[in-house]
Amino acid sequence: MRTELAIIGGGPAGMAAALSAHEEGVSVLILERDRELGGILNQCIHNGFGLHTFGEELTGPEYADRFVKKVRQARIPCLLNTIVIDVRGGNPCRITAMNRQQGLFEIEAGAVVLAMGCRERPRGAMNIPGFRPSGIYCAGTAQRLVNIEGRMPGREVVVLGSGDIGLIMARRMSLQGAKVKLVAEIMPYSGGLKRNIVQCLDDFGIPLRLGHTVSEIHGKDRVEAVTLVRVDENLKPIAGTEEFIACDTLLLSCGLIPENELSESAGARIDSVTHGPVVNDRLETTAEGIFACGNVLHVHDLVDNVSKEAQSAGVFAASYVKERMAGRERQWGQAVRPKIPEKTKSVLPKGRDAGKTLICIGCPVGCLITAQRNSDGSLAISGNTCKKGEAYARNEMTDPKRGVTSFMTAEDGDCRTVSVKTKGEIPRDKIWQCMEEIRAKTVKAPVKVGDVLIANVAGTGVDVTATSNVRRKKEV
Amino acid sequence: MYGRFANRRLRKGNRMLDVLIIGAGVSGCAIARELSRKKLNIAVVEKNSDVCEGTSKANSGIVHAGFDAEPGTLKARLNVRGSRLMKALSEELDFAYRQNGSLVLGFEERDRAKLEELRGRGIQNGVEGLRILDRKELISMEPQIGEKVTSALYAPTGAIVCPFGLTIALAENAAVNGVSFHFQTQVKEIRKTENGYEALTDRGRFLTKTVVNAAGVYADEIHNMVSGDGGRIRIVPRKGEYLLCDKKSGNLASHTLFQLPTTLGKGVLVTPTVHGNLLLGPTAEDILDKEGVFTSAQGLSRVMEKASLSIKDVPAGEVITSFAGLRAKGETGDFLIGEVKEAPGFFDVAGMESPGLSCAPAVGESVAEMVCGFLKPCDNPDFVAVRKGIPSMALASKQERQRLISEDPAYANVICRCEMVTEGEILAAIRRPLGATTTDGIKRRVRAGMGRCQAGFCTPRVLEILARELGIEEEQVCKAREGSYYLLQGKVREPFRKEGRDSR
Repeated sequence: MRTELAIIGGGPAGMAAALSAHEEGVSVLILERDRELGGILNQCIHNGFGLHTFGEELTGPEYADRFVKKVRQARIPCLLNTIVIDVRGGNPCRITAMNRQQGLFEIEAGAVVLAMGCRERPRGAMNIPGFRPSGIYCAGTAQRLVNIEGRMPGREVVVLGSGDIGLIMARRMSLQGAKVKLVAEIMPYSGGLKRNIVQCLDDFGIPLRLGHTVSEIHGKDRVEAVTLVRVDENLKPIAGTEEFIACDTLLLSCGLIPENELSESAGARIDSVTHGPVVNDRLETTAEGIFACGNVLHVHDLVDNVSKEAQSAGVFAASYVKERMAGRERQWGQAVRPKIPEKTKSVLPKGRDAGKTLICIGCPVGCLITAQRNSDGSLAISGNTCKKGEAYARNEMTDPKRGVTSFMTAEDGDCRTVSVKTKGEIPRDKIWQCMEEIRAKTVKAPVKVGDVLIANVAGTGVDVTATSNVRRKKEV
Repeated sequence: MYGRFANRRLRKGNRMLDVLIIGAGVSGCAIARELSRKKLNIAVVEKNSDVCEGTSKANSGIVHAGFDAEPGTLKARLNVRGSRLMKALSEELDFAYRQNGSLVLGFEERDRAKLEELRGRGIQNGVEGLRILDRKELISMEPQIGEKVTSALYAPTGAIVCPFGLTIALAENAAVNGVSFHFQTQVKEIRKTENGYEALTDRGRFLTKTVVNAAGVYADEIHNMVSGDGGRIRIVPRKGEYLLCDKKSGNLASHTLFQLPTTLGKGVLVTPTVHGNLLLGPTAEDILDKEGVFTSAQGLSRVMEKASLSIKDVPAGEVITSFAGLRAKGETGDFLIGEVKEAPGFFDVAGMESPGLSCAPAVGESVAEMVCGFLKPCDNPDFVAVRKGIPSMALASKQERQRLISEDPAYANVICRCEMVTEGEILAAIRRPLGATTTDGIKRRVRAGMGRCQAGFCTPRVLEILARELGIEEEQVCKAREGSYYLLQGKVREPFRKEGRDSR
């Protein structure tokens, strides 16, 4: 098999790179190990994607769907359920892959874009002592189990690590009826976005314990409890501060590691800071003809930034292919290193009083807004940097509103669940009623993004619509 | 379901067994496999839901050369014999084994005398090729060797083995040769009968002419059921904690590196595993709890600290998991193997601490001989000595991969990406005799979940395959012992519990 440009990974990075390279006029092939494009976005059914790229807030599956549609329109060939087991740089690059239909096969490509994403840090990497019972999951694994497989990993949950996945999963588990005891964070600040602390923890009354970690896991067969302990400035546990927290599940959100085993075997040098390949200003790795973008290069906070970076990678790879086809020599670019960390830590205001200082959840910036009621009853709002902030603060002081994202059971579908969202915001105190209605509902495949599945949910006048596509299961 | 098949067959009749083996660890399985060469009616009972669930699953995976044990002891004799048998056995039963040689490291000048003493003991035990190396020679063999290492004892016959692979291979081959295995079956009481013994378990009773007690840390409890007050024994679990590092660090040591005891106390080992990881440990701590396989912060940091004596730059950032195992330590310092005085036809295989794994093939041989001396059976004409393991796509050549995929496309569907384990391998692990019924069972047979992401990626996929193959719901699938260790707590649509959920 031959292609001008092969892209490993059909998530947000892979799709954006494929599209921009296609526009540059080179032939592109996407290799994806899952049964559909979209990567990890498919399990990220919550809101908050696409503000930069599309100027509106989308759920993960919707964001993916927009790119999938473009890939389909451009008729870019994709090999799904296909795993790449080896990559070699050179002219041409050689890829070994396999799938059920073609077995083991080789692809010759003028260039390769690595877009394999990242993986989560497991318990073992943190060396948390104790037994090895069931009930310890990385947050992303739990997210897949709940949102895609429709299974509950546990009922009484402690989350270790306040990265965005941890916060999002604390809310998801709560929405699905689990009791989330607390989120522990070893650092004195949260690793997640400020708005996620508001809408994932504060809204659900989940305590965030900064400067705390889990020092031991109890329970032999199943997690029965964890020991929570305060840490000193060197992040070492302080004796005497131990608390015994009963729970049946420990979710870990303790960092992501770019997945570079393929890159390394291809001979790409790995940066000790980013844990991604060393790249030049054209995003080319030290392995000839192999480019990298997205979370395989360094872990991004926002998918919009992944798309942007990947788009450039696609253009660079395409121009590389064209230059090589024209017989020109490989050019050495300038070494660059992505900024790490990508964003600053979220420092919460001290002595935060929900009545006065608000954190805007309108976008990832998370402006601190002060809202005060004047003697005439009107509101004085300051600190916001856009109009959305003012509207948010006004609502928050009178009638707090939230968008709800969840999923429903799908019948006769090619997957078990269809992700859904409220088409607009609903009063915060209607969240539970809304969830009850969503949970009670089963939908029959096929379902398309945008289909109205519940009209006027919880009497709010807002509809619940599908955010993912479910095809009818093929008759066996 | 093959795994359950053996159980059902036996429970039909209450016929008399020739041999009842208690414990499906490496010793029990080795004995079962050796005895299956004879025409005997053999059953193995195991309280867990799989073989290799106790001491056999959590150890160093070392085949010791045999210089350590006191000459004349059972340990010395069986170790050297076991070490000699292991290679041929690994070829016959197709499990991972590599003769990588071992080094005992000395850290001070006076350690040289201790190494000489060890060498002398080894020679007495019959260990071949022992040699003392100076630092210069050592560095050429192990470039990462610690700064303070001055000399070493080199044992070229030292080897590493996959303890799961070994135990599973022995059990599978025994099962194919007619041994029946009964899992989740715990012996509660043993009574002497007119022509043998009656073992009462939580799943019915077994009548048998002979009993082999290979119950690991519980061997004392089983022994004491028949010994009478005068002959009681005691097994003390001695805990050892380990750290396992990513395959990226697997080349930091090519030999198994032991340490002579230092002022810090007994040393730890640093060794590559047969699968290419780096293993550090174990600590040694006598405990009371026979199920106390938990790790501790102190234990793990002690391992790290001591390992840094053996090699430079211990890869602390590359640790992928930690675990603890229990050595079944007897009171005499040697294995307790043989017929119990007060109970003819009842054989102990107790106190099987280190080097129990190395000895397993010899223990099998030797105990089988004792049992056969008692029962005088004739040969099993249908005995099949050779067993083929589950093919590994990760290790297979291009041609083998192509052949496997053409036979079954499931071999092209990668489920565990860290270890490159395919659906084909997982299906084989479930469908084989004594097949896997838990995610841990899958992990130990084909390594799905053994890698650097520690099952984060493959857990949902393995759950789905196990549920489908076993004909159960995913929430019924367990990590280990069936009936506990549940991975999931139900479907998402089960009703809300009201308390503690109110939004502010």
